[in-house]
Amino acid sequence: MDTEPDAPVTEADLHAWMDGELPEERRGEVERHLAGNPDLARRFDRYRAQRAMLQDTFGPLIDRPLPAALVPPYARTAGRPAVRPRRWLPALAGAAVLLVFVAGGAGGWWLRGWSGGVGGGGAAFVADAVAAHRVFAVEVRHPVEVGADQETHLVGWLSKRLGKPLRAPRLAGKGYDLVGGRLLSDAQGPAAQLMYQDAAGRRITLYIRPASGAPDTSFRFAQDGNVQAFYWRDNGLAWAVTGDLDRVTLSAIAEEVYGALNS
Amino acid sequence: MPLPKPPPDPPPANGAPANGPVDERAIAAQVPRLRRYAAALAGNLSDADDLVQDCIEKALANRHTLRDVTRLGGWLLSILHNLHVSGLRWRRRRGPEVPVEDLANDLALSAAPADRAEVRDFVRAFNQLSEEHRAVLLLTGLEGLSYREAAEVLGVPVGTVMSRLARARERLRVLLDGGTEQAVRRIK
Repeated sequence: MDTEPDAPVTEADLHAWMDGELPEERRGEVERHLAGNPDLARRFDRYRAQRAMLQDTFGPLIDRPLPAALVPPYARTAGRPAVRPRRWLPALAGAAVLLVFVAGGAGGWWLRGWSGGVGGGGAAFVADAVAAHRVFAVEVRHPVEVGADQETHLVGWLSKRLGKPLRAPRLAGKGYDLVGGRLLSDAQGPAAQLMYQDAAGRRITLYIRPASGAPDTSFRFAQDGNVQAFYWRDNGLAWAVTGDLDRVTLSAIAEEVYGALNS
Repeated sequence: MPLPKPPPDPPPANGAPANGPVDERAIAAQVPRLRRYAAALAGNLSDADDLVQDCIEKALANRHTLRDVTRLGGWLLSILHNLHVSGLRWRRRRGPEVPVEDLANDLALSAAPADRAEVRDFVRAFNQLSEEHRAVLLLTGLEGLSYREAAEVLGVPVGTVMSRLARARERLRVLLDGGTEQAVRRIK
């Protein structure tokens, strides 16, 4: 970039300008050139938007919990390839209760935006949701306290106990019908569980508890063995959608729940 | 695969394990960033994990060759980049690749609901770029490397970084916005 200050502005100058690599004395010239060429200026606006999109899209990957193989101590036998599991699967990690989030060496990142206990969300919240799912999803005779045949009563009762207006979203589009719900308690106070079932008898549960703090509508994901959960916080409630389903199917259901609650 | 720029310092003379300034913890601190770069470059997390794992091994085995710890980040990125390039042929032979849709959906879930479709489109478009274009966009736009640092990681002259970057941006613009590609004049 050793161009004369008043040399013609090149494509390279424009990119260097955008990337902050253009020498100070050249910037005025480039900016004047852009001001006089609206088409060019628009194109570089798009490049800038593109760079922002790149950061917004891929940036959050840095916060992902790492698979065990990428967390120290690293098996190292210099010069000899270590024997190691490839294609690491969370289910193979072995621990009885292993929330993927907890495995993160990065330290507490998943609580970003969640004020933990106070906010009524985060890792403890999803752990409660998963635990409740495990207990009741297998229940044959008493899966729920109040059945779907009394849905109005169920929703009114749970709304009253949670102190927030609640809804039981329709999930028939995804093949799941409401079975009913129950009131639960956890360390934060009252919580509600709604249970849904598909034609094959597979069950998913929604776990809901009051949440203070700002909404955080980004879906977060947690896994415990073969049970997976998506959770978020919106309209004063923390929600978790939990099921023994593959991630893509469950995420589609979570989107449906979110959509139904915000329609 | 040749290791990038091993400085000329000899390994310890006594044959003891190299006890250089780079240790596991220093490398571990870079791993989330390496994995992010690898996932965006490879278009999926499982290939990224394999790449990063290979990169860690290679770095540990060769850590005595890096004396300047401040260059650790760039050094690791260049090892990862070389592993990726040398692995491409192998992966093509291996058969169908993991679809980028998984990553697109995954990343969309981290976005606000209103932005999810845009994120999916962006990941798909980005994945259609060539390997070279993806790497240069990520190194400069996401990893914040200067042109010179990106050139070192990629093992190419600075001028090549600049011309690739210009073409990559224009290509991506057309993929995202439609229209025809501007003939980006040759950059020396």
